[in-house]
Amino acid sequence: MSNIVVLPILIPVLAGALLILLVKRHRIQRFMSGLSAIATLAASLYLAVYVYNNGGIATLELGTWSAPFGIVMVADLLSVTVVAVSSLVGVCCLFFAFRTLHPERERYYFHPLFFFLITGVNGAALTGDIFNMFVFFEVMLLSSYALIVIGGTKFQLRESFKYAIINIFASMLFLAGIAYLYGITGTLNMAHIAERIDGLEETGALPVVAIVFFIVFAMKGALFPLYFWLPRAYYGAPIAITALFGGLLTKVGVYAIIRTYTLIFTQDVAFTHHFLILLIAGFTMLLGVLGAVSSFDLKKILSYHIISQLGYIVIGIGLFTPLALAGTIFYYFHHIFVKTSLLLFSGVVERITGTTDLKKTGGILKTHPSLAWLFLIPALSIAGIPPLSGFFGKFALVLESLQEASYLIAFVAMFVGLLTLFSMLKIFINAFWGEQKHSNKQGETPIMDVLAPVLPLVFLTITIGVGAQWSFGFSMEIAEQLLDPSIYIDSVLKE
Amino acid sequence: MEYLIFIGIGVLFSVGTYLLLCRSLLRVIGGFMVISHAVHMLILTMAGLNTGSAPLVDLSGSESTDPLPHAVILTAIVIGFGLTSFLIVLAYRTYKSHKTDDLEKLRGADNE
Repeated sequence: MSNIVVLPILIPVLAGALLILLVKRHRIQRFMSGLSAIATLAASLYLAVYVYNNGGIATLELGTWSAPFGIVMVADLLSVTVVAVSSLVGVCCLFFAFRTLHPERERYYFHPLFFFLITGVNGAALTGDIFNMFVFFEVMLLSSYALIVIGGTKFQLRESFKYAIINIFASMLFLAGIAYLYGITGTLNMAHIAERIDGLEETGALPVVAIVFFIVFAMKGALFPLYFWLPRAYYGAPIAITALFGGLLTKVGVYAIIRTYTLIFTQDVAFTHHFLILLIAGFTMLLGVLGAVSSFDLKKILSYHIISQLGYIVIGIGLFTPLALAGTIFYYFHHIFVKTSLLLFSGVVERITGTTDLKKTGGILKTHPSLAWLFLIPALSIAGIPPLSGFFGKFALVLESLQEASYLIAFVAMFVGLLTLFSMLKIFINAFWGEQKHSNKQGETPIMDVLAPVLPLVFLTITIGVGAQWSFGFSMEIAEQLLDPSIYIDSVLKE
Repeated sequence: MEYLIFIGIGVLFSVGTYLLLCRSLLRVIGGFMVISHAVHMLILTMAGLNTGSAPLVDLSGSESTDPLPHAVILTAIVIGFGLTSFLIVLAYRTYKSHKTDDLEKLRGADNE
């Protein structure tokens, strides 16, 4: 019973409400939103440290209604880490947006929507109630629809309508899945659901419900074959917003898969995990990276990479062993850092050359060497070059799939790693090496102010890679907590 | 009674799916609205149609109705309302800037 659990949700939602009133006052708005973002980060870090030092799990019963009857907020190791990391990414993207976002766009409620998005992400991670998860998903998605269309160009309007319709359809399926689950178990509290499902005699309907939920989360998380909306929808938005989405939005879908598939749907592991999820993971990786190889635009390549890396994240859930799940969690956080920083770097490239088309860029290494070498760090990290963070996640996943005799998935993972390296080198050669294609005047564009918000993310990908013994050990702890659902159930229901 | 409502839900779902697959923007939004109502009915029915008394503490009825689905549906209706109004505005803006509401023409050029 600790009230700080609700702080990472409360601060952004209040900040968002306040910022609606301040939308005309440009300077105060910026000051307030910067301050609130940092406050959210501080609160989430405090919560993470608190939970880690106090037995690894903290719950808050809202309005002191005891667990299965009232709404309960649960902060276990996975959710506090997700909250801390997403708040950090939020701060980086916000400060990047200060420097790059067009003031005209900023005036159309960018700041309030940004904070409602953070509210949704943090809330979905912290809630212990499946219907509340739906509500927080909607909070997050509705602000994302509005953010993705900010600016209102023709391209954005066209693509975001499709994005909105697809996600709304998924939300309706989510609600239908909740209805089925409520019909079977008669409760909405996730711990209570897990407990009741354990004692259920008739489990015939559960795989169907599991697959309905998987379709929903796969649609939100852009897994095969439901990823087609992602590259185009993300392409149109301003880069600070794309980076925020690439780092957070799809990850929330994957977080929900991790949560429900370790806690609730663990009856038929052979079918749902070992067959369905592994199959989807393989296709997601392969087709995502093929999209990246075939495109020739910086932003598009990076958008396709989001998809293929999500495939890697899902492998570990499919294998469902402690080491594989730890690999998944490690890769999850690695990917948030790396993908956000890469997308932000592509924004810097766009600022210098005015385009993200790789045929029209080149020679940035001569005029802006710091940008080029900094870009190389996350680029090599995402391709899995040791000692950067991507290597350890991939290593654990491939090792574990070999030990579990899933040779095909191990082969696909390594092959996709090769293609990832190829497309990253394609970016590096075409954008940074070669002849200088931008004018000398463009070459003098100052970039230090926009590089500064990205530095913490680059620093973190190096840190968790070099300090892998510590960071992987922490992922291991999270995985062990996830694989023992009784910890979660007992601390929520207080038995 | 349950069977009747389940058939109704099925009809609503199929009508909604048909509308979602239409080419006009407004029909797609209509399809989403129909499906959302089908889902609300599904929640109500899955919880069990109960003819007990109102779920109040002091009322000493033998069996009371489950209050949770009502709360859930109410929340879902509010969310659906917000989504619908946003979608209608978005569709209007799309129509204004593209001068068409035909999704076939909103596919996007190949050479982007």
